[in-house]
Amino acid sequence: MKQTSITPELCRPLSPARTVFNYGMTTIAFLLSGLALLPLLAILLEILRQGVPGLKWEVLTNLPAPVGMEGVPNGFANAIVGTLIMVGIASLISIPVGILTAIYLAEFSQGKAIAQLIRFVVTVLSGVPSIVVGVFAYAVVVLTVKGFSALAGGFALSIIMLPIVILATEEALKLVPTSLRLASSALGASRFQTVFRVTIATALPGITTGVLLAVARASGETAPLLFTALFSQNWFEGLTSPTASLSVMIYNYASSAYAEQNKLAWSASVILVGIVLFVNIASRIVTSNRFKNR
Amino acid sequence: MQFSFHDSAINASSTSDLIPALRVKDLAFYYGSQKAIESVSMDIYQGQVTAIIGPSGCGKSTFLKALNRISELEGVVRVEGQVEFFGQDIYSRQVNLNRLRRQIGMVFQKPNPFPSSIYDNVAYGVRVFSRPNRVSLDETVESALRSAALWNEVKDNLSKSALGLSGGQQQRLCIARALAVKPKILLMDEPCSALDPIATMKIEELIDSLRHELTIAIVTHNMQQASRVSQYTAFFSTDESRIGQLVEFGATTQIFMAASQSRTRDYVQGRFG
Ligand SMILES: Nc1ncnc2c1ncn2[C@@H]1O[C@H](COP(=O)(O)OP(=O)(O)OP(=O)(O)O)[C@@H](O)[C@H]1O
Ligand SMILES: [Mg+2]
Repeated sequence: MKQTSITPELCRPLSPARTVFNYGMTTIAFLLSGLALLPLLAILLEILRQGVPGLKWEVLTNLPAPVGMEGVPNGFANAIVGTLIMVGIASLISIPVGILTAIYLAEFSQGKAIAQLIRFVVTVLSGVPSIVVGVFAYAVVVLTVKGFSALAGGFALSIIMLPIVILATEEALKLVPTSLRLASSALGASRFQTVFRVTIATALPGITTGVLLAVARASGETAPLLFTALFSQNWFEGLTSPTASLSVMIYNYASSAYAEQNKLAWSASVILVGIVLFVNIASRIVTSNRFKNR
Repeated sequence: MQFSFHDSAINASSTSDLIPALRVKDLAFYYGSQKAIESVSMDIYQGQVTAIIGPSGCGKSTFLKALNRISELEGVVRVEGQVEFFGQDIYSRQVNLNRLRRQIGMVFQKPNPFPSSIYDNVAYGVRVFSRPNRVSLDETVESALRSAALWNEVKDNLSKSALGLSGGQQQRLCIARALAVKPKILLMDEPCSALDPIATMKIEELIDSLRHELTIAIVTHNMQQASRVSQYTAFFSTDESRIGQLVEFGATTQIFMAASQSRTRDYVQGRFG
């Protein structure tokens, strides 16, 4: 039998229409990706351009100076401390509650109606505008104890974090293969042992990512703090006093009539974006967990 | 078709000398309202390897998972009939499921090591039930890994991730993990289906060496494997109703060479299923 060569078939180009379509679509996809990156890059560049020149060591270690005072060190150290404290409080509330709720939803609810309800409520909560959360915390905490405080701010932020932690943790738990749960049970482990020794350990990178995303989100929130922690020109005075935060400081100073306050707002933005970026990078590193591959 | 049999299968002792480790009486199993197997009655003898063969979907895994009640984790299931474990009905209300599963271990079709170190994998089952001191735990881990013929390959890497092992090593790790809690019975659901011939051979040798310490039931699609490793064989199949049934149970030599049912003969000769 005569062997015909396969070469012409393999090397024949696609029809011009298909070639044009391929290249056209690739180009469009590339351009659109660039377009999506544009706002992010623009924001970052602008913040860096405006904020970095004013970013000296003294702004990180000093209190805000009263307006119009010359030659007095000016800074926002209290706002950095306040943000860290209030995000810390929010984490202390939302991480345990959120993780336990997610464990219930993913491992113990077994499709009960109450679980569906919880999941629905959490999803709705994750979509509630943060200003509403602020007003709610104002009504519940600030009006009851008759005062703005770091605790109220932390509480408001915890409401922002809670649905993020719950939804991310539940997703992470659901991704744990059933075969691991079966393996654990087949060795005589009880359901709680299986959950705490195998499921959570396996899902830990995913859970950590969710928690860190929630932390990053809470660090940048302004509206929940406006009505709860308010602001303060002084150092942190205790959990029950009004407390400064980076986001509220940026909000106040950015719209200020004084140029030096505007400048400080830009520098604070650099710090805030830096914190958020750091937390996100940390979550990336944790996710590339040591047991993922060898 | 030619089969090679295990030495002990050829001169298998008569069943009257054997102690049933598991005695299954008229077992039916439902997933929800869907009946998956019905009227299965057979014994799994102590110190013997029992092979469970049959076409896909005939309920072999279902049967195996009913023997340590692991299927109850997978959804709403219902069981009729009886399974006695050395005389104790395992479906009785007094039975503690965790203690039951510790006695009746299981190795799954796909290797499923925990994403932790080799050592922690093997130690897992022991730690679930007690707080052993380091020395005795080390001993248990080593002897389990030796029994599973894995010790020499991993002894220098016990703290490495189990996920870095090859598929065959992972499966032997899963066997070691099951052995570490010293079960009386080991249920194996197609333990070699994801493995190459050499890893398969290792596991077959392993099954043979374990036979003296514990009772094994193994599901396999490989007729040669069933004939090589087992002393007794159960053939499951489905009829038009799509419900799995036990067609024939007997000594492996008899099932493979002189089955009384024509369906069994057809299946082991590869003419069906
Ligand atoms: N979790 C489940 N829920 C509902 N039905 C199931 C479930 N697992 C198995 N079944 C059904 O039960 C029947 C027996 O399945 P089983 O897995 O026991 O078969 P098998 O003999 O192990 O097959 P294979 O050789 O392919 O592994 C099948 O019809 C299957 O669809
Ligand atoms: Mg199966």
